[in-house]
Amino acid sequence: MSTVAGLPQTPRPAGLHKASAFDVQKVRADFPILRREVHGHPLVYLDNAATSQKPKAVIDAIVRYYEEDNANIHRGVHYLSERATRDFEDARKAVQLFLHAAHTSEIVFVRSATEAINLVAQTYGRVHVGADDEVLITAMEHHSNIVPWQLLCDQKRAKLRVAPINERGELILEEFERLLSPRTKIVAVSHVSNALGTVNPIAAIVKMAHARNIPVLIDGAQAVPRLAVNVQELDCDFYVFSGHKAYGPTGIGVLYGKSALLEAMPPYQGGGDMISSVTFAKTIYNKVPHKFEAGTPDMAGAVGLHAAIDYLHGLGMENIAAYEHELLTYATEAISALPGVRIIGTAKEKAGVLSFVVEGIHPHDIGTILDQEGIAIRAGHHCAQPVMEFFNVDATARASFGLYNTKEEIDALARGIEKVQEVFA
Amino acid sequence: MADLRDLYQELILEHSRAPRNYRELKPADHSAEGYNPLCGDRFTVYLHMDGDLIRDITFQGSGCAISKASASMMTQMLKGKTRSDAEELFSRFHKVVTGQPPANGNKPDLGKLAVFSGVSEFPTRVKCATLAWHTLQAALEGKQDAVSTEE
Repeated sequence: MSTVAGLPQTPRPAGLHKASAFDVQKVRADFPILRREVHGHPLVYLDNAATSQKPKAVIDAIVRYYEEDNANIHRGVHYLSERATRDFEDARKAVQLFLHAAHTSEIVFVRSATEAINLVAQTYGRVHVGADDEVLITAMEHHSNIVPWQLLCDQKRAKLRVAPINERGELILEEFERLLSPRTKIVAVSHVSNALGTVNPIAAIVKMAHARNIPVLIDGAQAVPRLAVNVQELDCDFYVFSGHKAYGPTGIGVLYGKSALLEAMPPYQGGGDMISSVTFAKTIYNKVPHKFEAGTPDMAGAVGLHAAIDYLHGLGMENIAAYEHELLTYATEAISALPGVRIIGTAKEKAGVLSFVVEGIHPHDIGTILDQEGIAIRAGHHCAQPVMEFFNVDATARASFGLYNTKEEIDALARGIEKVQEVFA
Repeated sequence: MADLRDLYQELILEHSRAPRNYRELKPADHSAEGYNPLCGDRFTVYLHMDGDLIRDITFQGSGCAISKASASMMTQMLKGKTRSDAEELFSRFHKVVTGQPPANGNKPDLGKLAVFSGVSEFPTRVKCATLAWHTLQAALEGKQDAVSTEE
């Protein structure tokens, strides 16, 4: 297995010479779906923040798993069970190296980033958050990093605190720090905002929280496909992401947690695989990470995620980050040059996401008209209604980029927006 | 391939730019709020009833061109009509925008609302076209909670 050790964790592109080493046409050939047409036009897929497309290597790995290795895991009396167990645990190892975690036991497989956040809220949160305690999030969170904490706060009569953002869509760090109180029991922050593209200063956030002994959960759903992530350097306590936004399959996600925290946490769900012995009088739970993996997991999903990680590693997260930064810069210039178009989210540090509104035209209409040109974007609130409220818009149109997008596709988007304006002229 | 001009007909664009009866009705004896959580469209429909007769009908809110034009034209068509006229028109309208054949094989008489027939080619936009109508129904039934397209 290849390792990803030594990649820098900073999102800054190393320079354009690096990006030009990135052969996007070669990359595109790896994604079968990019050959298809939509409404008679070549597909221009710009909805990567919702889900990414899958390279052939991922699709093949899942097929190979089902054709050659499939069996239930951790019950290894027969050959296939041993193979399947090895596949599953190899995937865990790949995730560990990808996130630069210290131990494989710190990697818990779950269904999605959403499930990972719910898991932490209902295990760590249930133990450590009490009446009048506080959970601190930011104003740019996805609903999946709001609602699990609201549920917890309702159960515990605790308070949800929200650190504000400025008009560029950046977290106001001083306000964030001011909201860290002796009552704050956990901080939960997105690494990259799905609605605005803002890259948060995670290392600084963690430092501020740790200075007060408050653990930090990072929602990495949008960051993992775009930036090299090193959980040990970030020193975050929990880090979560979904496989399907990182070119892997749906149905598999990851919770990273520091060993000491995971070991002290109660289980999330009960069932098979999470126990070491069961009697009607007493059940002894399995070791981490298995304690949090009740029931038969998504083995094929883990295998697919492993293939996706190998694929990303083959391209180099540094190269991907640099190339996508180049795309975002190009797109920001092209789209903001159009009359009547306003970009929502203009943070200094951004990645992969371009949200915009067009004067007098609702995003839903933009989405439909672009779709007729084969261009897939997202129109709506992006599961971030508080963000929409802050910017005083009902919804935005959002183009989000992946490693296979091209400048020609961004040109097509700009032409598409002009067409939208013609229809409504 | 569905043609965009079938969806965005001139009359629809015109109503979306300059919606009719676009104001709060004071006093309104019936009103209801409709919401499409998928795209954030949100409208309030106000009614002034005289028995079963719709004396006045207005709306306010925000949404896409299809939902706004649909609301605007609905208010135009229903002023002075009865409750059962409204229900029957909605039923015909619903069939047309969802692409269902009319019961008797004849083209339903929708009047100006026929411009929405292109919506049936765009399944994701059906909820836009029907939001105001669902809201009207809630207002007529005196529902207190906002109606959602996702219920």
